[in-house]
Amino acid sequence: MSTEIADQIQRPAHWTRRHLLDLESLSVEELTALLDTAATFKRATDGCRRKLPLLAGKTTANLFFENSTRTRTSFGLAARRLGADVVEFTASSSSLSKGETFVDTAKNIESMNVDVMVMRHRTPGTPKLLAEHVDCAVVNAGDGTHEHPTQGLLDIMTIRETRGDLNGLTVALVGDIAHSRTARSNIWGLLKLGAHVIVCGPSTLVSRHWETFGVEVAYNLDSILPRCDVLNLLRIQFERQYTRPFPSVREYALLYAMNRQRMACAKDDILIMAPGPINRGVEITPDVADGPHSVILHQVTNGLAVRMAALWLVAGTDKT
Amino acid sequence: MASLRIQNGRVIDPSQQMDRVTNLLVEDGRIAGYDAPANGQDEILDASGKIVTPGLVDIHVELREPGREEDETIRSGTAAALAGGFTSIACTPNTDPPIDTQAGVEFVRQKAARAGNCHVFVLACVSKNRDGKELAEIGSLVESGAVGFTDANRPVHSTELMRRALEYCLMFGSPILNHPEVLELSHDGIMHEGVTSTVLGLPGMPADAEDVMTARDLRLAEYTGGRLHLMNISSGGSVDLIRRYKARGIPATAEICPANFTLTDESLRTFDSNCKVNPPLRSREHVDACIDGLKDDTIDVIASGHAPRASEKKLQELDRAPFGMASLETTLALVITQLIKPGHLDWPQAIAKMTINPANVLKLDKGTLKVGAAADITIIDPDRQWRVAADQFVSASQNSPFVGWDLEGRAVGVLVDGQIKYRLD
Repeated sequence: MSTEIADQIQRPAHWTRRHLLDLESLSVEELTALLDTAATFKRATDGCRRKLPLLAGKTTANLFFENSTRTRTSFGLAARRLGADVVEFTASSSSLSKGETFVDTAKNIESMNVDVMVMRHRTPGTPKLLAEHVDCAVVNAGDGTHEHPTQGLLDIMTIRETRGDLNGLTVALVGDIAHSRTARSNIWGLLKLGAHVIVCGPSTLVSRHWETFGVEVAYNLDSILPRCDVLNLLRIQFERQYTRPFPSVREYALLYAMNRQRMACAKDDILIMAPGPINRGVEITPDVADGPHSVILHQVTNGLAVRMAALWLVAGTDKT
Repeated sequence: MASLRIQNGRVIDPSQQMDRVTNLLVEDGRIAGYDAPANGQDEILDASGKIVTPGLVDIHVELREPGREEDETIRSGTAAALAGGFTSIACTPNTDPPIDTQAGVEFVRQKAARAGNCHVFVLACVSKNRDGKELAEIGSLVESGAVGFTDANRPVHSTELMRRALEYCLMFGSPILNHPEVLELSHDGIMHEGVTSTVLGLPGMPADAEDVMTARDLRLAEYTGGRLHLMNISSGGSVDLIRRYKARGIPATAEICPANFTLTDESLRTFDSNCKVNPPLRSREHVDACIDGLKDDTIDVIASGHAPRASEKKLQELDRAPFGMASLETTLALVITQLIKPGHLDWPQAIAKMTINPANVLKLDKGTLKVGAAADITIIDPDRQWRVAADQFVSASQNSPFVGWDLEGRAVGVLVDGQIKYRLD
């Protein structure tokens, strides 16, 4: 059944990129092409349950230089749903520990005839460095605190599914904006589609520089909550080498946790999202995480569709 | 020794307030006179259409030897200096081992003499082993020829040590050259902290990290009377502070490297590791403030800050790539293209910042074409167009964001002690 559907799927005219490195540089048409393709794939696979062998005979490689279970699994499953073979590579078990450079590692893997490399790394700009040294397509699965394009896409897809047009919608990203690649990708995607974006969190972690781009900056969640159509609760990170930018988990939860009291002040149809993994009781209480406004699990399903779309689009674009 | 006449060039020597077309006579390796008539026996070097200046002096160069010969050696670095138009350089002690002993100073001086390229003056460590805890044996180092003291790209973190260093050097008349940066503020920063770093998600090095230490050092210099030279200034806040303290008459000097008056933090959008430098490329308003500082002589010296790094080191993830830019061969051209041609500085002012001013910081008998001075001479073609090409670098490293740039102006002849050491056709 799905091969007939596969034959009917048309490559969008607006997609000409060999790599998906960030959302900041995408045009509205390119962004929409990705989202529409993901939506088509979700339908064609019956909610990402069935195969759609558009990449049969191709190989993708997951180069994860940073720990991740869900994103890695999601990309692996996306590739397999498309009929591709998957190569897994983890930094700690690799030749990197023998002193091999990053570029040499990548070129060695590429020589096994890999068509798409999916890469996660702790340092911003590394997928771009990779793309400059390999011929295959590159998808950024998160480069440090810079961007996580497929996360931004799946978040936006989830909003789009429930609320339709994003134009004029008020979306608040809450938490450690400074260190969040999810926040950055979301900001660019949401702005391009006409949403009103608010970044909210401790003043040590939310820069006023975002106002340069028309993003609203807020430090007080309660003051913005009644206006929000969507809340995306970012995971707060506690590991810091130097002076922590906020004093304690308890203080953070006091000021920013989405709990029943705050939900009572929110819009009736507010969407609660989180990129996960969530810290229950810190960014979000269990009743809210599991409640009727939460679309957290839909995000995960959509992640699969978005990653299938991303892999298919870049794999089919020739190297310029 | 035969005599040499450099003919018809525009001789610009700020140390003598000289700026005119004339003939320069060189005899026995020294400047013998001006406007001398031909006597038929001199060797002639035609400098028509060229600018003739005292040999350029660069007081901030990393030669990397001993210890990091994969980046540069004394021989290759001094050859690169000549190609950049420099006849004298001062090298920093951030080598391995660091230069904090007489043996270290002697090693560099002897290797430089054997290389026979440009003159090399040695800057030795302020602190023992460059670890910022105790004063190095400054007296012995002065005796073996060190002309100034610095821990190079490691700022003198301890306020007390900085004060002691400024006071201790008083008796020798030596300057302390500090790279102002409060490390707790810049810690794991990779680029300037501002709008661009916020967008890119790269950890930032705020301008305050430089300004706070600049303020500290100026205050300590005023209090102790010691000689302070602030290396590689990049921030408008620092320029402002230096201007105010200079107005009070303290003998502090300040230096800038070309990247900081040419590029902004926007260059990091490509994540190019050749743009990873310390101090970082800052935003437009800082660059403009620095150019203003050059114009009103708040910033006295232009130095290359040459920091060569082997290509495999720069071809890494941005946080692993070392800071630094190879700049000996592009500094003069950037001064001409970015400062002189657009009208920010005139030739005499720009040349002063590359000759007599840096020479005075280290009390070197250089940077002048006074009669009797050593014939260290740079001949510049001010209009020569050239494209910066990695495969034409004389330096052992090519880590420069200016590769591929079209620049105007280049040294086409360099004489050291009256001998032609570099010539470009």
